[in-house]
Amino acid sequence: MSTRVRGISSQIVNKITPSGIRRFFDLVASTEGAISLGVGEPDFATPWHIREAAIYSLEKGYTMYTSNLGMPELRRELARYLKKSHGLDYDPETELLITVGVSEGLDLACRAILDPDDEVIMPDPCYVSYNSCAILAGGKPVMVPTNEKDNFEIGAADIEAQVTDKTKAIMLGYPANPTGAVMPRDKLEQIAEVARRHNLLVISDEIYGGLVYGTRHTCVATLPRMKDNTILLGGFSKAYAMTGWRLGYAAASQEVIAAMFKIHQYSIMCAPTMAQVAAIEALQSGDDDVANMVEDYNRRRLFMVKGLNKIGLPCFEPKGAFYAFPSIKGTGLTSEQFAEKLLMEEKVAVVPGDAFGQCGEGYVRCCYATSLEDIEEALTRMGKFVGKYRK
Amino acid sequence: MLKEILRILEKDARTSAKQIATMTGGTADEVSKLIKKAEADHTILKYKTVVNWDKVGDEQVSALIEVRISPQRDVGFDSIAERIYRFPQARSVYLLSGTYDLLVLVTGKTMHEVAEFVTTKLAPIEGINGTTTHFMLKRYKEDGEILGDSEEVKRQPVIL
Repeated sequence: MSTRVRGISSQIVNKITPSGIRRFFDLVASTEGAISLGVGEPDFATPWHIREAAIYSLEKGYTMYTSNLGMPELRRELARYLKKSHGLDYDPETELLITVGVSEGLDLACRAILDPDDEVIMPDPCYVSYNSCAILAGGKPVMVPTNEKDNFEIGAADIEAQVTDKTKAIMLGYPANPTGAVMPRDKLEQIAEVARRHNLLVISDEIYGGLVYGTRHTCVATLPRMKDNTILLGGFSKAYAMTGWRLGYAAASQEVIAAMFKIHQYSIMCAPTMAQVAAIEALQSGDDDVANMVEDYNRRRLFMVKGLNKIGLPCFEPKGAFYAFPSIKGTGLTSEQFAEKLLMEEKVAVVPGDAFGQCGEGYVRCCYATSLEDIEEALTRMGKFVGKYRK
Repeated sequence: MLKEILRILEKDARTSAKQIATMTGGTADEVSKLIKKAEADHTILKYKTVVNWDKVGDEQVSALIEVRISPQRDVGFDSIAERIYRFPQARSVYLLSGTYDLLVLVTGKTMHEVAEFVTTKLAPIEGINGTTTHFMLKRYKEDGEILGDSEEVKRQPVIL
């Protein structure tokens, strides 16, 4: 009999670390009068017509499970949307799956395709879930450094240098959280080339796909011969200001969707019904809302980026999402020190860049999805702070 | 550029030229010039504040008045509309299609004051065939702003 003392939590869970900045979050919550640029969601409430559609559905008694894949009408609307906005043809019966946010989509994608020790290549810095989802699925994340000089765009050659016989997939998340980077089409084509050459899948988190400024977002699946080896993940949270509804989707080949569906069916059953009804309304008549919000974010983006550069925090121009990612290296502080001191001394909350990977060290994430007055006040306070610490 | 400036000002008239310049990519000077020009040619008519007077306990009486008129040769409805809109009591005046012709928004301190205006000033104007007065009972929304306590968007302070 084994005498090994077994811990309560599994070995695989022990492999992932809880977000190291939890303590910092609590600090922000308890600081009175703090202006937070630390949020990761729109400051708009969901457009009323979308909320109204969901309320009506509750009144009508739409309170049961839906098809495991998601409501047929929603999948048809989604297929129409993907065709209209990207020219992509997905079969709503077999190639689309409605998920509980992109978060579930990421988890399903990893679990559906990874065998133990399979490697997943991803950019550093990147959204916090990528790494953990890969590990929880038994895989191994391989980080590819990206830097400000290249606008935090991931390079095809850097990816290829990390490819081994264990590599199963490339995980991309552009427009990017935390950097605001958008991948230009030509660079994406080079990555597609690498994926095809080594027979790799691409998991593409395009939750911010609708939020780009003065440029176009290229959907990975639209590149030549990429539709079949791309798992496209999207959702309603950011573009339609629907974060709390928890609704997303996966679009991929029949084989991949069937594999993801197996897990989804047993662990989730189906995405919430009222959220699905709301999403139908969003797809049918939400275009104007998105356009208005994009226009509004863009004004604040220009304001934030110009302001940061002016107070001595150099910032490359983010072309997507709603984040600016300025360098704080001129202060001689680490990201975490910067964030903590800024909160204590000037009551402005930003997220330390190293929360998103080693290459995020020396940067902080500032969300501009907040009122112009708050951005202006935050910039004034940050300017004072930088003046004090500049070397 | 001008349209963009106007859209920003329509939302918040207090946005400074400098702020607008940063948001639109021009210089503060350019923005100021465009605003001055728009003010001069009456593209911008006025900067106002949307007030919820109920909050300060200052009661106001408003009425919407339907006016039916006989259009006149050459000037149609315009000259009678002018005779009405020149009264400061008439806050808004619109020409409408449908069962009546003009819609006039009148405000006053008391119901009596509004009634007095309608019966002694408005109704007797030559060419007016009849009026129907609707007193306003409650305001829910004014110029795109919901009165009363608007919804609160509550976000977590930090989200990754």
